[in-house]
Amino acid sequence: MSNNEIISPENLVYAKPKSLKETYMHYCPGCSHGVVHRLIAEIIDEMDIQDKTIGIAPVGCAVFAYNYIDIDWQEAAHGRAPALATAIKRLLPDRYVFTYQGDGDLAAIGTAETIHACNRGENIVIIFINNGIYGMTGGQMAPTTLPDMITSTTPYGRKTELNGYPLNITNLLAQLPGTCYVTRQSVQSIAGVRKAKKAIQKAFENSMLNKGTSIVEVVSTCNAGWKMTPENANKWMEENMFPAYPLGDLKDI
Amino acid sequence: MNKNSKTDNKQEVLLMKGNEAIAHAAIRCGCDGYFGYPITPQSEVMETLMELQPWTTTGMVVLQAESEVASINMVYGAAGCGKRAMTSSSSPGISLMQEGISYMVGAELPCVIVNVMRGGPGLGTIQPSQGDYFQAVKGGGHGDYKLLTLAPASVQEMADFMPLAFDLAFKYRHPAMILADGIIGQMMEKVVLPPFQPRRTDDEIREQCPWATLGKPSNRSQNVISSLALEAEAMEAINLRIQKRYREMEKNEVRYETYMADDADYLIVAFGTCARVSQKAVEMARENGIKAGLLRPITLFPFPKDIINQLASSVKGMISIEMNAGQMVEDVRLAVNGKVPVEFFGRLGGIVPSPDEVYDALVSKLIK
Repeated sequence: MSNNEIISPENLVYAKPKSLKETYMHYCPGCSHGVVHRLIAEIIDEMDIQDKTIGIAPVGCAVFAYNYIDIDWQEAAHGRAPALATAIKRLLPDRYVFTYQGDGDLAAIGTAETIHACNRGENIVIIFINNGIYGMTGGQMAPTTLPDMITSTTPYGRKTELNGYPLNITNLLAQLPGTCYVTRQSVQSIAGVRKAKKAIQKAFENSMLNKGTSIVEVVSTCNAGWKMTPENANKWMEENMFPAYPLGDLKDI
Repeated sequence: MNKNSKTDNKQEVLLMKGNEAIAHAAIRCGCDGYFGYPITPQSEVMETLMELQPWTTTGMVVLQAESEVASINMVYGAAGCGKRAMTSSSSPGISLMQEGISYMVGAELPCVIVNVMRGGPGLGTIQPSQGDYFQAVKGGGHGDYKLLTLAPASVQEMADFMPLAFDLAFKYRHPAMILADGIIGQMMEKVVLPPFQPRRTDDEIREQCPWATLGKPSNRSQNVISSLALEAEAMEAINLRIQKRYREMEKNEVRYETYMADDADYLIVAFGTCARVSQKAVEMARENGIKAGLLRPITLFPFPKDIINQLASSVKGMISIEMNAGQMVEDVRLAVNGKVPVEFFGRLGGIVPSPDEVYDALVSKLIK
């Protein structure tokens, strides 16, 4: 069998999505961001909505999301993505508008913008990467950092009496009448990746149905911030993050 | 006032508050979105918009946000799509917006921000003030920037400056501010509203704002609205581009008005409400045989420094009258460059100086 025969279209089982740019990602090996980016690009391709999708990038490791997914983007100030998305979707109701935010962006500095966009039932998609740490600034405590978890600002572990408790914001958002779909996913396993993709696709579809806000939390690793190998980070996430942030749909109406 | 008059183009003379005029003019000048948060003394802007329901006529979006922080970021999102977006607030709320304003300058986004100033610092007072002059014309947020700032002195100018501010903001891809004080926002005067112009279609926006994020068609590369440039050389280039716009604004957009300034021995410089009061003081001075005149900057940035420098050659002295502790007077002194004495008189904390006080200050500080 010649090379040309092997690469013929009918033999194609896996390829780079058209909406994913030809750029090397800056994400650390083992990081969940790359997988989630790819899933979004796959969905944009499959739904054929590249010309109708506007992304809002956060401040955090995904600040350069626009370098990887080939759509129109706006880069928001830290935590403000849901406010930008609100205005864009209201002015352009026939576009798919999504934010891509980390835990510090969404659940600390942007808590008000997040809760109020969801409470207004904005017809947007929120992709929430929860890795329990501030990755880009060097591994500081995040609102979702687990008790006793070591970060650069909790070098002896997060003490709840000093630093408060992990904020399970996704559970909070599920309580709001403005949200229609709230789900928690992960991408450390093949099954997880498949489920996460279905969830993201459903969220995108919801945004045209006038049902309210869809939130897909992806419980993620930050092996560099956690100071673990990618493999150990996945294991640590399964053993420690999943009990605190259990996977599955919290709301689907 | 007649609510049904909002979409016709007749030269109808109406009576309304400055804040209401902002709302009416915004709808008429094709504004796509207003995002705001209540604060005295400007709440009538959003109240009027909500009453007029422009989403049923022009399709303009009006949204009450959860904070001024959210408001200005909604404006950012809308402006990034090439839409004519605006917000309004008063001093403490404008302080909260500074982050978003700085980001909009960095991302080179046009918008209109209306500040109906009240006294500060802090929670301050709901009485009128001009204490935010520095914040508006010198920057306000972080980074090297200033705002193209229009200072209305009447309800008519509140209405007239709405379309002007949008046009200037889009001309320079930069936020523009209408800097009014509580009196201009609250007082009722006669006004002729600007002619009705339709909102732009998405196709018109694509043509006029090729940078807008309306969705990436296959025939162009992606549009990215961002204020981030990690490399120093790239960031310097952005800064230089912004600074170049300021030089162009200084060349093209200086606006001012003079009153009896041609033969004046003494010149009062004042904007907004203080200019109205000072005009009366000029008349009092003329009645008493003092040749006083008034220069009213309409654009606070770009500041009318050339005309002030020119008048410094023909007058014996100038006095800046402000409802603050002396802010614009610094720009007057820079413009005069030592040619003649430049004095200052101001009232603080929400007190409006009376014509008598201004006249007395003119005589005691300048003429002696």
